[in-house]
Amino acid sequence: MNIIVCVKRVPQVQDVDLEIDGSKKDVHKDNLPYFINEGDNYAVEEAVRLKEKPGGTVTAITLGDEDDEEVLRRCLAFGADNAIRVDPGSLVLDSYVISRILSEVIKGLDYDLILTGVQADDLNSGMVGIMVAEHLGIAHSAVVTDIEVLEDGAAIKVELENGLDEKARIGFPALLTIQTGINEPRYVSVMGIRKASRKEIGVKRVEDLNLSQDDLTPATVVEEVFLPPETGGGEILEGGPSAIADQIIEIIKEKGVI
Amino acid sequence: MGEIFVVVEHRQENLREITMQMLGKADELCRELSHTLTAVLMGGKGVPFLDELVERADRVIVMEDERLRNFNADRYKWILNNLIHEREPHIVMMGHTAWGMDLAPALAVMTGWPVASDCVDILVQDGNLKVIRQIYNGKLFSKVSFRQSKGYLVTMRPGAFPEDKAGDHHGEVERLPVPPDLPETRREFLEFAESETGEVDITQSEFLVSIGRGIGEQENIAEIKELADLMGGQISCSRPVVDKNWLPKYHQVGTSGKTVKPKVYFALGISGAFQHVAGIGGAGTVIAVNKDKKAPIFRVADYVVADDLFKIVTALKERFS
Repeated sequence: MNIIVCVKRVPQVQDVDLEIDGSKKDVHKDNLPYFINEGDNYAVEEAVRLKEKPGGTVTAITLGDEDDEEVLRRCLAFGADNAIRVDPGSLVLDSYVISRILSEVIKGLDYDLILTGVQADDLNSGMVGIMVAEHLGIAHSAVVTDIEVLEDGAAIKVELENGLDEKARIGFPALLTIQTGINEPRYVSVMGIRKASRKEIGVKRVEDLNLSQDDLTPATVVEEVFLPPETGGGEILEGGPSAIADQIIEIIKEKGVI
Repeated sequence: MGEIFVVVEHRQENLREITMQMLGKADELCRELSHTLTAVLMGGKGVPFLDELVERADRVIVMEDERLRNFNADRYKWILNNLIHEREPHIVMMGHTAWGMDLAPALAVMTGWPVASDCVDILVQDGNLKVIRQIYNGKLFSKVSFRQSKGYLVTMRPGAFPEDKAGDHHGEVERLPVPPDLPETRREFLEFAESETGEVDITQSEFLVSIGRGIGEQENIAEIKELADLMGGQISCSRPVVDKNWLPKYHQVGTSGKTVKPKVYFALGISGAFQHVAGIGGAGTVIAVNKDKKAPIFRVADYVVADDLFKIVTALKERFS
């Protein structure tokens, strides 16, 4: 079984004060730490586990510059067999353009299954995977939390809302977007990643792909970004921890639950 | 005069809340743009909520077929693609839900129309449609416009609009035949499954002590459990804690977990992703502790503590021992 995993390197914004950059269309990202997108990390783990029994290959693909190869080396350290970086140069990207590029690269590969995270934690669109499936004309399902491979496809579980799941059957080739929590991604050490860096990463350039101007025209344009209000009018409790603890206890007592 | 489509989301014979939220927003836009509002219903035979939709839209397009009873992206997108090209609505609204996330991107590729996902608002500026989205996990807002097109697809964030704003209409019902050449699906629905239940039912709790990613390590959970016991609260959590298997799923608050309504919701180290916040709308008082003073949870909290949760937990425990 041959599996393709699409991964993205994203900035980590927890505990960070984001600052809007001069273009007013994004934030300053130079000082942000980057990591593999959380959903994609689960997707790579799932791919590596799924190929274990039947055998086959796992190919990791990312769209980005040389710095982004870090996530591919991570995938190789997980057990992926091949890695491809597609360099977009200075192209303006949105979900549509990214999906066009990825599907053009994937089209030439041999695969049964394509996995990617439900959404990227930077732009939170959750669309690229399913768009890739539609460009390729293959079956798809979003928000998958379990995969059991059968003869010509898989039994899958899809996470719906309110604690409800849907059980479904999907035929291969298929694209599934993977929800966090589907497995426990393995830990890889810096050493492991360094070792994996000896493997070669294939690099493709977008201009060498058979894509038209239309394919590379974004469907959506960010006009501006802005910071939301910090509170919705809630009261800010101040003082040292013990003064704050006193205030919290008073509030909770007032509500009659202690 | 144009048309706005709302793709009706339903499940197990019930309309989903997102449908009413979309109808409310669509109604507002229809008045602003002098459009008419069309609800598009694909479902099994004899859906029980048709009357409800008729009161909330100018027109309900109904396609009933047993193959459409449960959501299926292959069939739904095929039908919608035909309908969209035939009627060319200005806007097509879908939910940013598990099903909408499977349908909308595929429909966008199929129709060739631009799509924006997870929108918290839609507005018209200088005659152009624009949407507001939240990015970087809610820490930044972005205003997005579209490439020129006959029409636009949007998916709406659940909970971004109230359910009770849907307008009063007495719409017509337009029944359309399901085309005989409806394609075979490659993804077949089998059944619904409820997730596991446990010894606690957090939906019945009056006081929840809830933990998120900020808890850092599994070992730290014991300390919070201790505090919850001392204070007489029950422990709940956000998604990352369940993803890491630190607490069972029945403790999870949010769209994919439980909707809770405690008198007090005490959130420790929870950043406040919208999927989590959607589960605490019924909480009486929200007290949030997070060392990130830009955490989105602070936008819904009644009381805000921008500090290290462990310092606060230690101080609280001292008060009770």
